[in-house]
Amino acid sequence: MNKLIKISAVSLLAMGVYSAQASTLSDVQAKGSVSCGVSKGLAGFSAADSAGVWTGVDVDVCRAVAAATLGDATKVKFVPLTAKERFTALQSGEIDMLSRNTTWTITRDASLGLNFAGVNYYDGQGFMVKSSLGINSAMELGGAAVCIQAGTTTELNLADWGKANNIDYTSVVSDTNAQTLSNYDSGRCDVLTTDASGLYSMRAASNDPSEHVVLPEIISKEPLGPVVRQGDDAWFNIVRWSLNAMITAEEIGVTSATVDDVSNNPERERLMGRSGNTHEYVGLNSDWTYQIVKQVGNYSESFERNIGINTPIGIARGVNALWTDGGILYSPPFR
Amino acid sequence: MKQSKSLFSLLSNNEVRGYVFQAVALFAIVFMAYVAIDNLFINIEARSIHTGFSFLKNRAGFDISEFLIDYTPEHSNLRVFYVGLLNTIVVAIVGIFFATIIGLLIGIARLSNNYLISKLAGGYIELFRNIPVLLQILFWYNISLIIFPHPRKSFEFFDAIFINKRGFYLPKPIAEDGFLWVVVALVVAIVSVIAMKRYFKKKHEKTGTYTSTFLYSTLLVIGLPAFVYFIIGSPLHLDYPALKGFNFKGGMVFSPEFTALAFALSVYTATYIAEAIRSGIEAVDKGQKEAAAAIGLTPVQSLKLVVMPQALRVAIPPTINQYLNLTKNSSLATAIGYPELMSAFGGTVLNQVGQAVEILGMTMLVYLAISLAISLVLNIVNKKMSIKGR
Repeated sequence: MNKLIKISAVSLLAMGVYSAQASTLSDVQAKGSVSCGVSKGLAGFSAADSAGVWTGVDVDVCRAVAAATLGDATKVKFVPLTAKERFTALQSGEIDMLSRNTTWTITRDASLGLNFAGVNYYDGQGFMVKSSLGINSAMELGGAAVCIQAGTTTELNLADWGKANNIDYTSVVSDTNAQTLSNYDSGRCDVLTTDASGLYSMRAASNDPSEHVVLPEIISKEPLGPVVRQGDDAWFNIVRWSLNAMITAEEIGVTSATVDDVSNNPERERLMGRSGNTHEYVGLNSDWTYQIVKQVGNYSESFERNIGINTPIGIARGVNALWTDGGILYSPPFR
Repeated sequence: MKQSKSLFSLLSNNEVRGYVFQAVALFAIVFMAYVAIDNLFINIEARSIHTGFSFLKNRAGFDISEFLIDYTPEHSNLRVFYVGLLNTIVVAIVGIFFATIIGLLIGIARLSNNYLISKLAGGYIELFRNIPVLLQILFWYNISLIIFPHPRKSFEFFDAIFINKRGFYLPKPIAEDGFLWVVVALVVAIVSVIAMKRYFKKKHEKTGTYTSTFLYSTLLVIGLPAFVYFIIGSPLHLDYPALKGFNFKGGMVFSPEFTALAFALSVYTATYIAEAIRSGIEAVDKGQKEAAAAIGLTPVQSLKLVVMPQALRVAIPPTINQYLNLTKNSSLATAIGYPELMSAFGGTVLNQVGQAVEILGMTMLVYLAISLAISLVLNIVNKKMSIKGR
């Protein structure tokens, strides 16, 4: 039966081979908005305020794609998803792209029919405890109860780290960010573990940030970035290069305020689409990068606005600074 | 005048028409199922999503907070499946047990002549029946996290039982050699009690003299195993929980997730069972109760001997439904993190592996099998209780 289905599937595919490459770009342009999968509320990354307006670094990536493809960064439909639903929603076509602080791993990239279009935040897993416990290092956490959000790489990393360092613990797993945080607040568990950026975000959102301390150990690599479906290379290119446009804009020094200024710098003119024809290769209008930088800003504007040191979340650029500033953020050239 | 058999006259024959429509319906359903499943496989191929059950052999790599059989992150995903399944069965059994007891009491209380009792029971039913069960689970869980104290300040009882935010800690009985004989003694005692009851019942029916076996049965069931226990030299020691560092170690623990889930499910399902039992009792003819009173049975005796046997016939089918509902509602444990089948396997493994079709398919089949098993057992009970010849 399985063979019969596979044979009929292949023959059907062969018949429809000219339409095998799905075209998310034409779908998006037809319906007039980009459907963007985000979290259910992680301050600084993707969160809706009381008026229902979404903000965050992940949100900005989606807005950049909307500005590039539709010319309007507000034409995004946000779909909040839990960690469990996010990949199925993308696979099934419910969303056009997933921008939900998702870690890039080989399993997710290779076995789910998805592609990671880049990294918009280099993160790592950390621990947060109540300052009253007087703990200074994650090595002192033997026997503790640890709060985790279900279905994330966090659980796997914690198990690996616990085994490698001979530290035993009990895990308290919950479905949503809100319940995890509430478990930690009420004292159900001693430690909260998730990506360090998430820890800073949750600490900022708590009643008294000084009550919590983020421990210095980072136990994993968590490159977070946007995800799209396999089989649609044109859309993949658009999402990848929209993110790269924001990074390159910071490298060159273009901000949303100075984007209209014409300059002598040929690289800048190429980026802004005022010379060259890279827009034809991605299949968009010539002002696609211009709209991104004007409406959303460059990478550093997005970062400083949402999670920078002047915000309550207060994360320093650190490893997310440009490669010329001591970090590892690097964009291939717009040439 | 003979009419030739035309297709029209064939169709106007009721029997033929019945068969034809059934055949058409069957064909339509099978065809729709085929198209749906075919479409599923085509889409999976087109999106290059990995298929197959090979993920079951892979190392799980994550921790589960409570497990009845041995589990470490080194075990396979299939092991996670079994652990989750056992946790579901445990919470279902505990939930069914308490829901039945509470439902029985509330159902009978609802029909009491005492105004206060019947109104209180009615209030309980109305309150807990009308609130969605997920809200109740979240409510009891979060309330228990607020009410109970931090481990360092636990409620203590006899220095052996501790209650705090992280759970109910009890001493764990650990069996040593020779405990098997105590278990054997218990089984022997139970079997002899059953035999004794049968003997005295036959005697009652033959001669009319009633001998109360309650005292003998209790003495036998408790006394014989206890006797064997002391003769062998107390082959049981208790592992006491003790506060070490962050949490209690040792002993056995009922986590707040388990207790909140079991409590919420019992309280919620008990309302439906109470109503089913009430309808059963009210279905018993009024004349039965009057006749029972007329021959001198006390209210408790008439309830036990006359009303309940007849009431249970009516009450058992809806109660079977509620047991199935309770089992399926236990999947809501994902909201509070109790690692049962849906949460551990259909949640964490699903997210790590990504193959939704295989994993959720397995999970659905398991729930179907559990529900069918429960309804099979209770249908046998129902048949036993039904009036013969109906």
